[in-house]
Amino acid sequence: MVEQVAQMVVHGEAWTLKDLFVLPNEYVYWSIQIVMYPYMTGLVAGAFVLSSLYHVFGVEKLKEIARFALVFSFALLPVAMMPLMLHLMQPLRGINVLMTPHFTSAISAFGIVFMTYACIVAAEIWFVYREFIVDSVHRLSAKTDRSAYESVLLLVYKVISLGAMDTSKEALVSDHKAVKFLAGLGIPVACFLHGYAGFIFGSVKANALWMTPLMPVIFICSAVVSGIALCIVSYYIFMEVRKWAAKRGKNVLLPDGLAHGSAAVDYEHLRSVQEHEVKMTSKYLLIFMTLALTLEVLDMIFRGYTAVKSWDILRDVLFEHDFTKIFIMQYGIGNVLPFIMLLLPGVTVRRAALASVMVLFGVFMMRWNVVIGGQAFSLTFNGFMHYHLPIIPHDLETFKEGFFGAMLVISTPFVLFYFLNMIFPAFMVDKEESHH
Amino acid sequence: MKRRDFLKSTAVFVSGAAVSLSALELIDPQELLAANPELRWGFLVNTHNCVGCGFCVKACKTENDIPMNANVTRTWVERYVITKDGEVVMDTPKGALNGFTNKQLDQNKSGMRDIPDADVAQAFFVPKLCNHCDTPACVQVCPVGATYQTKDGAVLVDRKWCIGCGYCIMGCPYGVRFFHPEEHVADKCTFCYHRISNGGDTACAQACPFDARQIGNLRDPNDPVAKAVMNQRVGVLRDEYGTKPQVFYLGLSKEVR
Repeated sequence: MVEQVAQMVVHGEAWTLKDLFVLPNEYVYWSIQIVMYPYMTGLVAGAFVLSSLYHVFGVEKLKEIARFALVFSFALLPVAMMPLMLHLMQPLRGINVLMTPHFTSAISAFGIVFMTYACIVAAEIWFVYREFIVDSVHRLSAKTDRSAYESVLLLVYKVISLGAMDTSKEALVSDHKAVKFLAGLGIPVACFLHGYAGFIFGSVKANALWMTPLMPVIFICSAVVSGIALCIVSYYIFMEVRKWAAKRGKNVLLPDGLAHGSAAVDYEHLRSVQEHEVKMTSKYLLIFMTLALTLEVLDMIFRGYTAVKSWDILRDVLFEHDFTKIFIMQYGIGNVLPFIMLLLPGVTVRRAALASVMVLFGVFMMRWNVVIGGQAFSLTFNGFMHYHLPIIPHDLETFKEGFFGAMLVISTPFVLFYFLNMIFPAFMVDKEESHH
Repeated sequence: MKRRDFLKSTAVFVSGAAVSLSALELIDPQELLAANPELRWGFLVNTHNCVGCGFCVKACKTENDIPMNANVTRTWVERYVITKDGEVVMDTPKGALNGFTNKQLDQNKSGMRDIPDADVAQAFFVPKLCNHCDTPACVQVCPVGATYQTKDGAVLVDRKWCIGCGYCIMGCPYGVRFFHPEEHVADKCTFCYHRISNGGDTACAQACPFDARQIGNLRDPNDPVAKAVMNQRVGVLRDEYGTKPQVFYLGLSKEVR
């Protein structure tokens, strides 16, 4: 007897297409948002590492982009949590991870690691901008005809100054010391934050594609790559916008100019800074790309050489089903091409930015191929599951775990950055330097 | 308030809170309910007896409120057809909710597969359910402890605490877990814990007309399941994952994973 009732769509069914023999409960449960999660945390960690290159190792050449990277990393931070919340079936219970962490689970430490990291970044920003905050409090207090906007800004500065108004030489020296310490402490924590995201996948023993001890290291390297690439791209774009706006006096697009007067923004200066920073940063991008690529290829060779039971199905997935996504999109467009573009002599800002866009795409495809690719085959190794990203949402689920949910996650850091930039001008140039 | 007073009352509050928290330890409900070293639930599947009628699947869905019209199930039956060329073809249409009513094998996107009777070397059915492992991967990976193991070996889900991250579903090597379409939390076979704890049988075992399924106490030497595990040649599924599954199969073929 067959029941003639309407089918109830279970979670995952909307975007999973099964082929051959797949167990009844198997679906692509971890979809686009779980692709976004390591991607966004990777960007956070990578941006922070880039800023630390200057603060800890004193790479003077990265001075301007370091400040930007730090503020941008802070803007990205809350967004690392967003995909997880959008993915949870019970988002209101997400806090349970902090309330009753079950420490044998790799996910349980997320709250702790994430909070630690957030505190470090927030503290570092505070020390970097403390002098500026105090100056702003004095400057805005002295102003007699404050607009409503400036009054709000003054209040914000007063609160975040935490009452520490000392800008004597000794105080500033200890600020610098604190920044250096926090940036140094931040590097291992940032790597841990992301290596740990890799561990979440690498430790799933039931998944033949994910389970490798290399996963955390691969994740860290690709994180740094994507973070640096994003900083180059967004630094390039923001600088283009600023140059354009500085020429025409469009202050809406210069939130810091809006807050602190447009005198600080000068076209010629912007152009030379942009060129210098983008070129320098792309050198570091190359180093980390080499490292990431080596590890990923090593992992694949090792799997093929040892050829344990799962290799038969993995080979099908890697070389047939996902060939385009892995070898064309991830390695071709995302690795080899930008690698050549950055290595060829005479790198221009535009070429470096374009290469970085491709690198960003490549890292995204890497996350996709790991997360979705890991669920592309049945636990029985006798069937496949194809994932179809829902584009037009027809209910909350297909919105949250669909194209627009992903777009929401991607766009949020830029919105946050716009407002953060009003408070902490990310493109600020030090006073003594502006005299040159 | 003076600093000394503040410190004093803080100390009193903290120690008071600590004492009352430690009292919770004394009344751990898990230990009260199932602190029985004489009991370890285990399951025996006799694949020789299974005819693929799917009564177990229906009974399970009815007993445990898993919607009939949802394509997830706590237990299912797989059909294996091995051709004379050595090819293995498998299917489990809707988890065999309605049994196997068609000789063609459902290959999902690849359509129905027809294998002429003359080509069939052997064919058999294998029922599957949660293995209630001794070292369950799902319990290990649950970030909030919503999935837990009772003292008598059953692995259960706390529907009020599960956050629905899906890590346990990913962590289970047997694919027995899914999201409940109405509760929106992780769900799986409980060995009908509400029934067996009160002296009953599991819904699937009760519904099986051919005694292919049996629940029992592995610690009791006179229990038929314990006896079979002890005296006969039984197999378990995917022991390479180190989960120590507690569902034992009579007549397990190497093709079954």
